[in-house]
Amino acid sequence: LVFTEEDKYDLYSNLLFKYFLAEGVVCGHDLFVASAKEHPDNILKELPAPLLDDTCGKELGDEAAAVKSEDFQDSMKIAWRYQNLPKMEASPTTYTKFGHYYDVSKKMSPQLCQSAKWHSFYLHDELSFEPKMKTCNMNSGYARLLQSIQRIISQEGFDGSDPQKKQRNVLRIGIQSLGSILWGDDVCCSDTPEDAHSLTKFLYVLRGLLRKSLSACIITLPAHLIQNKAIMERVTNLSDMVVGLESFIGSERETNPLYKDYHGLVHVHQIPRLNSLICDVSDTKDLAFRLKRKLFTIERLHLPPDLSDTVSRASKQDLAGSAKLLSSGCGAMAIGKKHLDF
Amino acid sequence: QGRFTLLRDTRTDGSFLVHHFLSFYLRAGCKVCFLALLQSFSHYNIVAQKLGVSLAAAKERGQLVFLEGLKSCLDLVFGEEEQQGQPSPLQFLSGSTSDLRALFDFVRVSLTPSDGDSWKGPVLLVDDLSVLLSLGAAPVAVLDFIHYCRVSVCYQLKGNIVVLVHSNEDSEDEENELIVNSLCHHSDLILWAEGLATGFCKDVHGQIKIIKRLSLRQAAEQDLVQIYQYKIQDRNVTFFARGLSAAVL
Repeated sequence: LVFTEEDKYDLYSNLLFKYFLAEGVVCGHDLFVASAKEHPDNILKELPAPLLDDTCGKELGDEAAAVKSEDFQDSMKIAWRYQNLPKMEASPTTYTKFGHYYDVSKKMSPQLCQSAKWHSFYLHDELSFEPKMKTCNMNSGYARLLQSIQRIISQEGFDGSDPQKKQRNVLRIGIQSLGSILWGDDVCCSDTPEDAHSLTKFLYVLRGLLRKSLSACIITLPAHLIQNKAIMERVTNLSDMVVGLESFIGSERETNPLYKDYHGLVHVHQIPRLNSLICDVSDTKDLAFRLKRKLFTIERLHLPPDLSDTVSRASKQDLAGSAKLLSSGCGAMAIGKKHLDF
Repeated sequence: QGRFTLLRDTRTDGSFLVHHFLSFYLRAGCKVCFLALLQSFSHYNIVAQKLGVSLAAAKERGQLVFLEGLKSCLDLVFGEEEQQGQPSPLQFLSGSTSDLRALFDFVRVSLTPSDGDSWKGPVLLVDDLSVLLSLGAAPVAVLDFIHYCRVSVCYQLKGNIVVLVHSNEDSEDEENELIVNSLCHHSDLILWAEGLATGFCKDVHGQIKIIKRLSLRQAAEQDLVQIYQYKIQDRNVTFFARGLSAAVL
């Protein structure tokens, strides 16, 4: 269960959502799209086009070739301690065959779209049906969504209930803007919502459905609107993976020289720890994203070299404040609060 | 015998302790009732196999009673009306009752020894209690449930209880903090796994505070506090004194 906290204007999290669905189309998975905001048909028309292997290889191949020519084999003289560290690749390289790349400037072709089997749930179309399950005091919009998902899972055999189906497929579920007022939940509007447990109950039942079947789910949630932080903590506990996107639009970080190459930060709050005592933690915790004309990339955040002549006290404090953010880790391992000054 | 152990985690995931206690008590030959509210059976099974215990075999011979919360919830929500007259342990979800009596009855029935049982001491293991709040149980109901379990398992059956809760220092979840504080006061042993205050480290995953609450049983005694750091590996967790991680030595 992948949880994405939306950025303020929902530009980038929407992009991530579409990537998830597009990957499903390309891999031949079945899709289930649910939204209360825009009709799923429209969402599906806007999926980014996949980059075919040769064009993608060529683009990244040029970049890689440029990097290699600078690669000097002689040992470093001043920064010799860094010699032993593995060379970090800032952007995805050609040899990773897991997943596909997408061109954000182009839309996916209708033939490719239609080749995928997809189910949709648009809340305002479904309001007339009464849910047949026990709603358990849950918001009726959520209850209907759960019923719809459960029906698809058992009808299409994602839970292995149909032994005759030889080819088992994966169901990718995408739920947009959960918790917003459009779903009938006031958890985003007030500090003491009328039904504080609807969202968490929904997530628990959804988690049960996902564990029981061959499905994966991405949910986007306008976390910045939720006043009651207790609910966010419970939601984090109920999810496997939680990622927050913080865009720089409209915030003071937009003009911060530290972030001039990027459009926003990626906060990984939690990573899944399934079927194992340990989880797969990467070395770096500081990730930022940027939207180039064609690609949306997530990279390690690296500080630009401090080349200014006048290093004033104000800018140093600014950097120190940002550096404090850099040292905060992911929730599954540890989050540091104190900032060690060297 | 008759001990209440509280597992607590802050800023990190303390579930490795749950896996440890599960395999520990099963290997010791105790009858275990495990309320697994957050993960599926196969998750625990795969980890337990790495630790050398087979949950499926334990279930088969009746040593382990496993409540898979997620599955139970699905049965309750999507299932047919009241089958076989057995109320679901998670009855409180449907809103018909607000207390956790059905869950307690489940625990009591599972751990009451029947004829022909040769297991040493019953054990109740809960992972994790904070989920009950997310599902709409009131904090008082959760505390009542724990109280009833303690009376039944610790005093009447002379067994042990191990419960995992999450907590954060500056948490805004007051209901959760209420439960955690109350449980802390009534525990015999608290194992508190915390993330390092200085942030993420590859070689030291966190620190664990072991608090033996001697003051609970005897008035004049002081609690004994020990702090170690740990690193989690695939099949094992290594503990060491603070600052003496293998990476540093």
